[in-house]
Amino acid sequence: MAINWFKYAAPTTFYGLAGKLVPWFAISAAILFAIGLYIGFAVAPTDAQQGEFYRIMFIHVPASILSMFLYLVMAGYAALGLIFNTRLSAMMASAIAPTGALFAFISLWSGALWGKPMWGAWWLWDARLTSELILFFLYLGFIALHASIDDPRRADRAAALLAIVGSVNVPIIYFSVKWWNTLHQGSTIKFSGTSMHISMQHALFTMLAACWLYSIAVVLARVRSIILERERNTTWINELPEVRS
Amino acid sequence: MKKSTMLDLLVLVIKRDLVLAMRRRADVLTTLIFFVMVVSLFPLGVGPELDMLRKMAPGVLWVAALLASMLSLGRLFSADYLDGTLEQMMLAPQSLSMLVLGKMTAHWMVSGLPLVLMAPVLGLQFDMTVQALGVLIVGLMLGTPVLSMLGAIGAALTLGLRGGGVLLSLLVLPLCIPVLIFGTGAVEAISSGLSIASHLSLLGALLVMALVFTPWVTAQALRISME
Amino acid sequence: MNLDIWMRENPLTYVWIGSYAVALLIFVVEIAMVKHKRKITLQQVRMMRNAGDEDKDEGIA
Repeated sequence: MAINWFKYAAPTTFYGLAGKLVPWFAISAAILFAIGLYIGFAVAPTDAQQGEFYRIMFIHVPASILSMFLYLVMAGYAALGLIFNTRLSAMMASAIAPTGALFAFISLWSGALWGKPMWGAWWLWDARLTSELILFFLYLGFIALHASIDDPRRADRAAALLAIVGSVNVPIIYFSVKWWNTLHQGSTIKFSGTSMHISMQHALFTMLAACWLYSIAVVLARVRSIILERERNTTWINELPEVRS
Repeated sequence: MKKSTMLDLLVLVIKRDLVLAMRRRADVLTTLIFFVMVVSLFPLGVGPELDMLRKMAPGVLWVAALLASMLSLGRLFSADYLDGTLEQMMLAPQSLSMLVLGKMTAHWMVSGLPLVLMAPVLGLQFDMTVQALGVLIVGLMLGTPVLSMLGAIGAALTLGLRGGGVLLSLLVLPLCIPVLIFGTGAVEAISSGLSIASHLSLLGALLVMALVFTPWVTAQALRISME
Repeated sequence: MNLDIWMRENPLTYVWIGSYAVALLIFVVEIAMVKHKRKITLQQVRMMRNAGDEDKDEGIA
């Protein structure tokens, strides 16, 4: 019973699969968000140093992690698209970009809001926030480049190359920003005591999973629209029930 | 007879681009004037207090160098693209990466190198010490080629696009941030009496990496843009 | 400085409105954008399909 992995590499089959999966991911994401928020606000105790403000971390940390993770996944699909010339890989990369960018934005925004009560400033040139800002710019660059090129194949491939160059640069950028930050004596976000209370860890992990499932749901939904747009001249699209109606 | 073909090719491309650039001297000079003007704007905007200017100087000069090099990058491939020479270059049996490296070198000689030469004069406006100026120049010598090379990738990707120069800057500036950080870091280190070895060696490492990877990546980007 | 005082006295409200509400807003906007894109893409595809059908009826396609 060999599994034909490549069956879902074609936009035709993937479209249907994605459509079936979206509701499952969406609902599980909603449930996990609810659980995560409950644990984060009702169960986790007040922090000795940061009081209630530390609860921002339950959205800030997952958003940061996801923005970085999504960039790598996007670059991965971009690389697949360039190497194997598969249309669907490029479509997935384009589908991921807006979600990744929005998570980067949430990370920056929540980071700023966390910084204000902690250190009295809306923005800190701390290594992680600064790298996050640069990551946000990298996402915007990808989206802008793709949008500026009319020919879809050239757009896919140019943006893919940019994503790969960006992902190689991310570690270099992070390292240099960390270096720059320690020179200027920036502050890092710390917690009282050596480790987090177990309920905080649970909340964090739940919220991380929730954000991840949400991303999958949104990306799959978005890629369906992209497939519709790109493949609009094909028969199978025109035979779809939602198009015929 | 065939021994140094690669090098000959490189020299040929560099010479050609330099000749072409000299025919359009205005373009080269405007970039330089832009650099000078931007640098002069900062004291005007911030105030004449020498202490503050001295602190700002490396940052201002580096950012201005970045911006000036972004300005001139649009021209790297566009002239050859418009008159069909680029297509010929791509069809040629010679290594496209070598051709690209030649163009990058010529670009740097025409836009980066003049900045490096102008920098000491401008640094004096900010009352920089002689050592600080020295480190600044070494940093710029190591860093401006990297800027040219990273920018070439952007120029190749945005070849012939409407958004053009601004889009190119948007794409390339984030990638140039490490160069900026190490370049300014070196000057600040010397001003505080700390060691500059690590900053400058990191800049050197970036230069080597750029030399190895960017010509090939740019060649791929050109192929993508030209299909 | 009013904000500072208000912030310290209502930390949870600050956290909720400042971060979580904004994040929720962004998620809602994103979902709305995805749905909207699907709607107009379907419209476009339908239009093209109908145009193609007309051509066929007239014996062109």
